[in-house]
Amino acid sequence: MKSTDTSNPDYFHKVVDCQWACPAHTDVPGYIRLIAQGQFTDAYMLNRHSNIFPGILGRVCDRPCEPACRRGRIEDKPVAICRLKRVAADHREDITDRLPRAPAKTNGKKVALIGAGCASLAVANDLLPLGYEITIFEAHDTTGGLMRTNIPQFRLPPKVLDEEINNIVDMGADLKINHRIESMKELLDNDNYDAVFVGTGAPRGKELKLPGRYDSENIYIGIDWLECVAFEHIKKIGKKVLIIGVGNTAMDCCRSSLRLGATDVKVMARKPRAFFKASAWELEDAEEENVEIMVNHSPKEFVVENGKLTGMVFEQMEYTIDEKGRIDRGKVVGEVTIPCDDVILAIGQDNAFPWIERDIGIEFDEWECPVVNETTMMCSRDGVFFGGDSAFGPKNIIWAVAHGHEAAISIDKYCSGEDLQERLPRGVNLVSQKMGLHEWSFSNSYDAASRRLMPHVDLKERFKKIDIEVELGFTAEQAAAEVERCLNCDIQTVFTTKLCIECDACIDICPVDCLTMTEAGDEADLRSRLTAPAENTEQMLYVSDALPQTGRVMVKDEDLCVHCSLCAERCPTGAWDMRKSAIFIPQAEDEVASRESRSAASA
Amino acid sequence: MSYIAKPNVSHPKAPKNELGLTERDYEGVVSTLCAGCGHDSVTAAIIQAVFELGIEPYKMCKISGIGCSSKTPAYFASQSHGFNSVHGRMPSVTTGANAANSALTYIGVSGDGDSLSIGMGQFAHVIRRNLDMCYVIENNGVYGLTKGQYSATADVGTVGKKGPANKQMPIDPVSTAIGLGATYIARGFSGAKEQLVPLIKGAIMHKGFALLDVISPCVTFNDHEGSTKSYAHTREHYHRVIKTDFVRPSEEIVAAYEAGDTMPIKLHDGSKIVFRRVDKDYDPTSRAAAFSYLRDSVNAGEIITGLLYIDEETGDMHDLSGSVSEPLSKIPYEELNPGADQLASLMDQYR
Repeated sequence: MKSTDTSNPDYFHKVVDCQWACPAHTDVPGYIRLIAQGQFTDAYMLNRHSNIFPGILGRVCDRPCEPACRRGRIEDKPVAICRLKRVAADHREDITDRLPRAPAKTNGKKVALIGAGCASLAVANDLLPLGYEITIFEAHDTTGGLMRTNIPQFRLPPKVLDEEINNIVDMGADLKINHRIESMKELLDNDNYDAVFVGTGAPRGKELKLPGRYDSENIYIGIDWLECVAFEHIKKIGKKVLIIGVGNTAMDCCRSSLRLGATDVKVMARKPRAFFKASAWELEDAEEENVEIMVNHSPKEFVVENGKLTGMVFEQMEYTIDEKGRIDRGKVVGEVTIPCDDVILAIGQDNAFPWIERDIGIEFDEWECPVVNETTMMCSRDGVFFGGDSAFGPKNIIWAVAHGHEAAISIDKYCSGEDLQERLPRGVNLVSQKMGLHEWSFSNSYDAASRRLMPHVDLKERFKKIDIEVELGFTAEQAAAEVERCLNCDIQTVFTTKLCIECDACIDICPVDCLTMTEAGDEADLRSRLTAPAENTEQMLYVSDALPQTGRVMVKDEDLCVHCSLCAERCPTGAWDMRKSAIFIPQAEDEVASRESRSAASA
Repeated sequence: MSYIAKPNVSHPKAPKNELGLTERDYEGVVSTLCAGCGHDSVTAAIIQAVFELGIEPYKMCKISGIGCSSKTPAYFASQSHGFNSVHGRMPSVTTGANAANSALTYIGVSGDGDSLSIGMGQFAHVIRRNLDMCYVIENNGVYGLTKGQYSATADVGTVGKKGPANKQMPIDPVSTAIGLGATYIARGFSGAKEQLVPLIKGAIMHKGFALLDVISPCVTFNDHEGSTKSYAHTREHYHRVIKTDFVRPSEEIVAAYEAGDTMPIKLHDGSKIVFRRVDKDYDPTSRAAAFSYLRDSVNAGEIITGLLYIDEETGDMHDLSGSVSEPLSKIPYEELNPGADQLASLMDQYR
């Protein structure tokens, strides 16, 4: 195994598991430290730089960072990263002066954004300060896309949405609400846009064509039903409600039903719990509200008597799961009819582009998804870009934001006549955190505190109105305890081979035995010879060059390092040092700055 | 030294010994020695050895005198008995403890100053008594606590950080111990744990006096160019005369050794020490051979390491004096103190 190339910015970036897992690469340890210091506004702005919507995402993010969190491998529970983001949003001061602003004079380039959801808003956020003239077309009479229509108000208050969206739109976007684009061809032919961005989401809920489906009006498509609830077109539902499907939309449907008059809500799952699509925390929140989740029930038919839905027939399933955790197709072992007044279908959603003509150079694949370049976000027609769910099918808000950042870079390059593929590389900057003898710039001692629990509104109280936000946010004490659980994975252990005298001090002090000095070898061989088992092959080994005295190598298994800095503290020669890694993820403004400095240099 | 404690977190898959303890359960407080001190590596090797031997912490006793080395017992096995005694007097205190309770495992940690200057007489006599203990000398050639003066083990010609080179002859604890009749004599290096750990295990399980001379560089006062006890110098002149593996009674010897090249020696408790000879003609059971080999190696400027001599036949202090092996605290008072009449009649026998 070759010695590790730490000049590749991805190496230290990967060590920061949360930041690596975040599609927008939010500097998680950075903002958690700011919260710890009481710098809520700075923490908010650091978040906003990467993910644009800290207040929204601090409530409803899919949080890919949390399953990735190193703390979750040391003990059971990861740091409550998402809820700490909300702490920053809840306690920040006025940020008006710190928001990006559009220049007084535009650059004359016009960009159309279709859909006022998270992807388009991310593009607008990046391009408005650069002088672009942005027009946003929105079919509904309000902004936010699925963030507003599909996420119930008791999880995401409209006030939070409005504020963060307006911060972007108010920079000077031309927002055209109630303006559905019916023909892409018309838009491209008649209007004079330099670039068009499609951020229309995946708006079509999947159907379940079983006998009886169209015999009753009490059978709904989940995302359409949630939209009607959001716009108050639907204000009540029957007592007994069945939700088909067990994804996050199903969780929103069952919890909304409870607030519209239902008293007996069952979520019907075809497979066992391990195969649920819903996030663990959304399942927990639903079950806390006494929603019953029934596993191994496959829907068979709707029972409609005299035009009235009275129940639904399910096949009871049995599955075998092999040693690799794969499930078979299952066999039917029985049948049961479950009475109900309403059924909500929440089994997924698809892209739908009835308004994009198929003969205008925009290619679609066999699943009716546009063919989009994953780096540039441009489709097969030059100057047309996609992002969010409309690009690659349903994902989540944070992915849409990440797409938006990348699309903004591409749109800017496209409008400037540059090669879209030639993008600024990522970078990493390392700065030592040593402040003196035994003194580090960060809270390096491991805090054994367990994950704080989010306080909720009382079960009785919360059902009184649909817009009572259930989560109260962390208290000051909870936030103070939770921030200390962060392991500061961005404070990297950096090794300088030529300084090492092979005294073993770092190896002896390491509380999790992640260091070894041994003969060089290939990775599998090295892993078998380390001080402690190194079984997590997704985590890298940090391998030094040959050591000066014996020619052995220093190997660090990154997997369980708690970044306590004791290796650096016990090192007599400073061969180990703790350095903060700042990961540079280029955005549109960086590309522009780079272009300007290049043209200044050539002038 | 470190201000923060070693965090109370460990590898979720850290191995456990037969008592269900992890290595971390055998740790002590965080060392306050200089960062990079060889003594801390010796501490880690002792921790690994007693963990792997599965010694109950309450059946172990750590004793030391004065010096950097003598701080070591604070850094391992917090749950064990311990005594930080007077400078150079660790052997006497250990003798007393062992006389009263031979059921404990005794680990004495001393230094070159503590054993070979102020405690030289004690050192010689504890060997003579063949006290059943593991006696570790953390040997760095300088008085670290008093800022780096040459100690009794400083080699001729070695250069301190300041001042002239050393001209006085060193006392070699290993040849001294061979001459004095010690029954287990080994030398190791703090920077080579894979060798040091089996040597410590053997020393602990050997019945009788086991001397372990460990070259343990002083990172602050004796790790520079010109020093003969630095990490770099030791590594350059380090020579393994013999490789030793420690095999517990419950373990099978699985490694394939070439016939004629290995020599298993059974210890008192049934465990074995398997010698794999690196130097073909070396015989670790011959005191004379060991002594002459050592003299030659000194002349050649080599630091020879390994288990250099072993004698499992000679009895320990209790065997020699015919004293009881049971801990005195377990013996009923009447038996322990038969009374003035008995004493008087005993005295009469010698009149």
